[in-house]
Amino acid sequence: MISLSSLFSTILFLLLLNNLLLLGAPGLRALIRLTAFQGVLLGLLLFGMEHALLACAVLGIKGLLLPGLLERTRRRLGAADEPRPRMHLGVCVVTGILGLVFSLWLETRLPILPDLFPPLLLPTALTTLFCGFILVVGRATAISQVIGYLVAENGIFLLGMPLMAAGAIWFELALLLDIFVAVFVMGNAIGHIGETFDSLDTGRFRSLRD
Amino acid sequence: MLEALILLPLVAGALMLAVGNAAFCRALLPLTGAGHACLSLATVAAVAQGERPSALGGLMAPDALGALFLILASLLFFAASLYAVGYLREEEAIEVRTCIHDGRPFTNSPERRFTACLCFFLAAMSLVTTTPHLGALWVGIEATTLSSAPLIYFHRHRRSLEATWKYLIICSVGIALALLGNILLSVAFYAPGSGAESPVLADDIDSLGWFVAHAPSAAPPWLKAAFIFLIVGYGTKMGLAPLHNWLPDAHSQAPSLVSALLSGALLNCALLGILRGHQILLAAGLGDFSGGLLVFFGILSLLTAAIFIVGQGHYKRLLAYSSVEHMGILSLGIGLGGIAVEGALLHSVCHSLTKCLLFLLSGNILARYHTYSSYDVRGLRWTMPATGALWTAGFLAVAGSPPFGIFVSELLILKGMLADGAWLVAAIYLAALAVIFVGMSVAVLRMVLGARPHDMSARPRSRREPLWSVVPPLALAVAVLGLGLWVPDWLWRFLEMGGRLIGGQ
Repeated sequence: MISLSSLFSTILFLLLLNNLLLLGAPGLRALIRLTAFQGVLLGLLLFGMEHALLACAVLGIKGLLLPGLLERTRRRLGAADEPRPRMHLGVCVVTGILGLVFSLWLETRLPILPDLFPPLLLPTALTTLFCGFILVVGRATAISQVIGYLVAENGIFLLGMPLMAAGAIWFELALLLDIFVAVFVMGNAIGHIGETFDSLDTGRFRSLRD
Repeated sequence: MLEALILLPLVAGALMLAVGNAAFCRALLPLTGAGHACLSLATVAAVAQGERPSALGGLMAPDALGALFLILASLLFFAASLYAVGYLREEEAIEVRTCIHDGRPFTNSPERRFTACLCFFLAAMSLVTTTPHLGALWVGIEATTLSSAPLIYFHRHRRSLEATWKYLIICSVGIALALLGNILLSVAFYAPGSGAESPVLADDIDSLGWFVAHAPSAAPPWLKAAFIFLIVGYGTKMGLAPLHNWLPDAHSQAPSLVSALLSGALLNCALLGILRGHQILLAAGLGDFSGGLLVFFGILSLLTAAIFIVGQGHYKRLLAYSSVEHMGILSLGIGLGGIAVEGALLHSVCHSLTKCLLFLLSGNILARYHTYSSYDVRGLRWTMPATGALWTAGFLAVAGSPPFGIFVSELLILKGMLADGAWLVAAIYLAALAVIFVGMSVAVLRMVLGARPHDMSARPRSRREPLWSVVPPLALAVAVLGLGLWVPDWLWRFLEMGGRLIGGQ
């Protein structure tokens, strides 16, 4: 039991580390690999919580399929690095650390239900959510924005984990399917963006305004 | 029978993708619309008689509120599908397409993908409006985003791609926040010490009924936090200011019949997500909190719309901002409670019909004038008499003039404000409506009146408008006019049934 709980904490710690690495990663390849690693960590957590079917689905979809889809899109368009992030990467990492500190503080302030959330789960989930938003806002390419969306969604998924019931597995599976289709549609759109604008820089989107 | 509401459009969409023949897709689309409308009418009739039809193990069990938005989505889809038949035929006949703004050539998406996505969009909206399960509602709303994004990118040019990308990213991130709201809601109902035996975990189906029944024992701080995330998340999709940025872009770049569905049907679905949260907070005795937030976002949306409508030269963006305005009015009416709730529900009916009418007409105008600028469209009454007349009627209706339905609903909401003693809110509401009326009338009258452009032939033949482009808007205009003159008793009773779920009288 003790080893299980320490394994649980180790995975959560790795998730936190992974988040900060995501914020500092300059290249799209590294970003995609780190997202895949995050998916694997989430799957392992679910194995630990005895949701074997869901764990397999998460490993398959978040750990393999979605990163594979993004990597394929990236290769097809020949994009390697961020052209010019809107936020300096150092600033992103510092903001992420501030998010972590805020989440840890929030855990001490909230009337949290100890038997619902294991220690460190709430701060990890919130930090993951923040990091996702920082990626969406701070990065310029369409692929990194999708990765930001995925990371934010992972944070919410993590937060919902203690509430997952064995009988309601259909909802989590439907959610995973939704995310898969979302990334598929976004990947498709990215392909069109690459072909139409000759770049994945969403900073070029300036024609629609009042 | 209830399952068919989702299965019919799903199967039709799959068939369109599989067969792919343009004539087949164009024939199947209105048939699907008609079949779905009949099924929706039967569902509404059952719900109105006090029955609670249920299917898929309780995953589908519409109440009066959901059934109201279901029939609106279904009728609008039918009108848009009739319009689509002629629209797609004309699109096919165009040999060289160039972007109106930059003159670059572009192509259209394959027609079968367009019609199939329309059907999938209808299936997703049917799930949203019929499910009492908050998780399924979330899945359905995300599915509406994914099925409608390819519709916005039907014309494959830079601007529509930009609009599609903004729509996808902003709405997906927004809806992710609504998922966080759902999770916080479950936390609020978690009974400490009960572990996995907590009823929330055991009884997941029909959560709304369960949540409402157990709301008094939920933890208020978590409930409030959950509602904040729900209103921010679904409010993004609904176009409430300041979360509305994607809306004018997507609605202006999508083909007009898609804009009509986005504005008339989809925004209601997102509103339903917020109303479900409001229902739970009302049951928990926190109606003042959720109502206050609804009023706040409502006023903000009204004011934002008023600012952007004045001087707006792009007539489709004008209509999009008008949607932001009307979502604000709906939110305001529901937040106030009492008679304003019934007013707001009537408003949602009238707004959906009117906005669908106006967007369809904007498609006619765009096809004839090849410009989005209301400054360059002149003399509609000469060049397109039917569209011009309906455009004027639609403007009067959407701006809240008598004798159209929106006048009645806006008056009811005002009555609710006065009964509530909310004088300041009433003053802001009236001032914003007045500014919007003036702002819209300048643009619309400029388009309808004025001299005919020199390059447009005066020959009667060029004034002829195809039936498919005029009959669906005409039917919608007659309905809005009818609702202004007389709200049938059965409709009023149905609105009251829906209103009682969200704090109405």
